[in-house]
Amino acid sequence: MTTTFETLGQGWAGDFGPYLFILLAGFLATDIWRWLGVLAGNRLHDDSEVLNWVKAVATALIAGVIGKLILFPTGALAAAPVELRLVAAAIGWGAFMAARKNVLAGVVAAELVLIVGWLVLPG
Amino acid sequence: MSAQQDDEPQKSWIVWFARGTLGIASAPALILMVTFIGFGVLCRESGLTLGQAVFMTASVWALPSQVVLVGSMTSGASLLVTWIAVALSAVRLTPMVAAWVPMVRQPDTPRWRLLALSHFVAITAWVWSFLKLPALPRSARIPYFAGFAVILSVCNIAVTAASFLLAGALPVQAAAALFFLTPIYFLTALSAAARIPAERYALAIGLVLGPLLFWLDVGLDLLWSGLGGGTLAFFAGRLKRHEP
Repeated sequence: MTTTFETLGQGWAGDFGPYLFILLAGFLATDIWRWLGVLAGNRLHDDSEVLNWVKAVATALIAGVIGKLILFPTGALAAAPVELRLVAAAIGWGAFMAARKNVLAGVVAAELVLIVGWLVLPG
Repeated sequence: MSAQQDDEPQKSWIVWFARGTLGIASAPALILMVTFIGFGVLCRESGLTLGQAVFMTASVWALPSQVVLVGSMTSGASLLVTWIAVALSAVRLTPMVAAWVPMVRQPDTPRWRLLALSHFVAITAWVWSFLKLPALPRSARIPYFAGFAVILSVCNIAVTAASFLLAGALPVQAAAALFFLTPIYFLTALSAAARIPAERYALAIGLVLGPLLFWLDVGLDLLWSGLGGGTLAFFAGRLKRHEP
């Protein structure tokens, strides 16, 4: 199967191709799990090994995206030096841990380092 | 609200729905909206159209899966590979919804209503449900949840559109800073949500493996970093548990 986001827009689906792509690979791929959840009710055990594996795979997948967004971003963020992006992310995570796992503290610290660092650094 | 009000069995659906919408002024709702600013910018920087970005927030309504979807689409992955990557990122919705159903369900609640409402279950609304709903009479839970969940979704659709449109008019530093919100929010939120060792290992391995496999140009980099990194983390977590 070689249907991509780009090619679907040029095929039989025309202008609706990208929307069809989002509907199938986005809406259906997420809501199918919600529907399963309704059907499963509370029969799923939260500590089963299968569920632990699923959680690990989902976490690694999203972490992979995070890593790519920091190291190989598209658009405006790519204009920031890669060292600055890494330092800002590391300091943000450090602030998050120091503030007893407060997400807001981490986000604010990382953003401050990115913006101030960018404006202060030469070039 | 007083206990006396709670006992009124005829409290109408619309009153509880309206009360639920007030939850939009809470901290978790505001944090989510700030993160969706980042998503609107991410979509624009990734070459999507305004309509596609808005449609994605409305139809998918799970930010991690939306970020995976955009990442997979821009890397030119096929429909099938994208479907698998997005589905893997969304599996955790099943246990979340399964835990949410017994809390909102009444004996006479039609299944279609739960199926329709389940679309609005994502991390923010789910956590909010567990904080707010147990204190409410059972008949109020579905309208109260619906009020909060629907307004949260509608507001974030608007935030997606507004940030997409504004991104073009912003200086490069501001656009970059907004784009940066998405990875930083997920890095910290995932760290906070990781309860078992396997999840923490998966986070660390995925952070390295995702960019590494992309850089090595192996193809299907996200899928491999998820399946490979996640399986590795799962077994590392088991080893850790079997140690004294």
